[in-house]
Amino acid sequence: MSILQMFSYPFMQRALIAGVLVSLCAALLGVSLVLKRYSMIGDGLSHVSFGALAIAVALGMTPLYFSIPVVILAAFLLLRVADHPRWNADAAIAAMSAASLAIGILVISLTTGMTTDVDNYMFGSVLAMTKTDVALSVVLCLAVLTLFILFYHKLFAVTFDESFSRATGLKVDRYNTLLAVLTALTIVLGMRMMGAMLISSLIIFPALTAMRLFKSFRGVILCAAVTSVVCFCAGLTVSFVCSTPVGATVVAANLTVFLAACVLNLAKSH
Amino acid sequence: MESNELIVCKNVSLGYEGQRVLTGLDLTVRSGDYLCIVGDNGSGKSTLLRGLLGLLSPMEGTIERAPALRQGNLGYLPQQTRAQKDFPATVFEVVLSGCLSRKGARFFYSAAQKSEALMNMGKLGVLELKDKCYRDLSGGQQQRVLLARALCAATGLLILDEPITGLDPAAAQDLYKILSYLNRKEGMAIVMVTHDLKAALQSARTVLHIGHRGVFHGTAEEYLASPMGKRFKEDEML
Repeated sequence: MSILQMFSYPFMQRALIAGVLVSLCAALLGVSLVLKRYSMIGDGLSHVSFGALAIAVALGMTPLYFSIPVVILAAFLLLRVADHPRWNADAAIAAMSAASLAIGILVISLTTGMTTDVDNYMFGSVLAMTKTDVALSVVLCLAVLTLFILFYHKLFAVTFDESFSRATGLKVDRYNTLLAVLTALTIVLGMRMMGAMLISSLIIFPALTAMRLFKSFRGVILCAAVTSVVCFCAGLTVSFVCSTPVGATVVAANLTVFLAACVLNLAKSH
Repeated sequence: MESNELIVCKNVSLGYEGQRVLTGLDLTVRSGDYLCIVGDNGSGKSTLLRGLLGLLSPMEGTIERAPALRQGNLGYLPQQTRAQKDFPATVFEVVLSGCLSRKGARFFYSAAQKSEALMNMGKLGVLELKDKCYRDLSGGQQQRVLLARALCAATGLLILDEPITGLDPAAAQDLYKILSYLNRKEGMAIVMVTHDLKAALQSARTVLHIGHRGVFHGTAEEYLASPMGKRFKEDEML
């Protein structure tokens, strides 16, 4: 079956459009998150979005309308926890992840029962994207991209050195919040297709790969964006041809590129 | 506030969550000053620095800061963080980020800001490292880069937090020379927290010692004659 034929299916077109945009946003935000040592926040948020999704379905609401506010709220909370000097941030995030997962599972088993739905939420489904989802993805991803480009220099300053930025009068908390909200949106949008367990890899892998290969912040950002989109397209194609789950295939593609980057980096330094 | 005063602290008490770390401090930083803040661990040096930077409001008393400082016109050299050690950014990107505070509502850097960043890199001898990655530099080079960034943000005051931590003796001497130069030739006021009393006394004009048993504030000579300074001299003899 040819590649062109593959995109004659409407569900594949939707998956491609939404997936490319989400992976682009995830890669851009991921560089900042990984460098700020906030990777776990991305992971925590994806678990929260699973719980939110389960509750939304049980209540019969459109999942996105319910998940987005809940996950943004969780992002605020996690950011406060991560920056609090006295609290044990990684324990708090781990507890929150497990708790949301448990709540999600309980809600599902009490309502619809443990059906293929759970499997889809956890590990994603290429069929999950409806027309509204795609429209919303396009709008939100454009918003993420615009904000990211406009505040690029400020996000760099805040990522590199919070104390300096704060001292020279930058509103650091505002940019951290911006980062968390954008991350929350990206995770909610990407989760249906990639799965709650796998979406955080979309944030972390491209950044790690790019950091192995490039020395400038701009280079890392651009490389992460390109890597992420290419890996998504490759993963989607392979998953269609071999009938494998799309989320896991995309992660596998990211892993392959990351390992290749590691090898390249090693070869360069010897 | 007089025109040459940058920061005026009056009867200031600082602390966190109801716990006082520092009480009843009077301190004035004027343009052209070179002040070293020394003291025992946990005596509140870093807390005071946060107060001077405007990141912590005093529990009692007042900290007045010159209008320019409030707009972010001050250079700060914080302690390096763990995240910075493997940060992928070129030296130019790091130095340029110092210009942000004076960028106003614009979203991109102007040509004038870029040339100012280049000039400050030249001043600190890191111009040839322009396209090098920050994480690949030595500790001393990293400090110079951060100092160049601070100069992009500041015209009148530099605040440094333990700037020689992790530097070898030669790099530390180098840094002190640069600071003296900036202070004498460019009239930059310098406020520095340090453990390194010996070198601090060589270059600083005034010393603020914060101890658990009290505060000393005076010139370097007066400090050496004071009971606190004498204790330091005895330590040196041993």
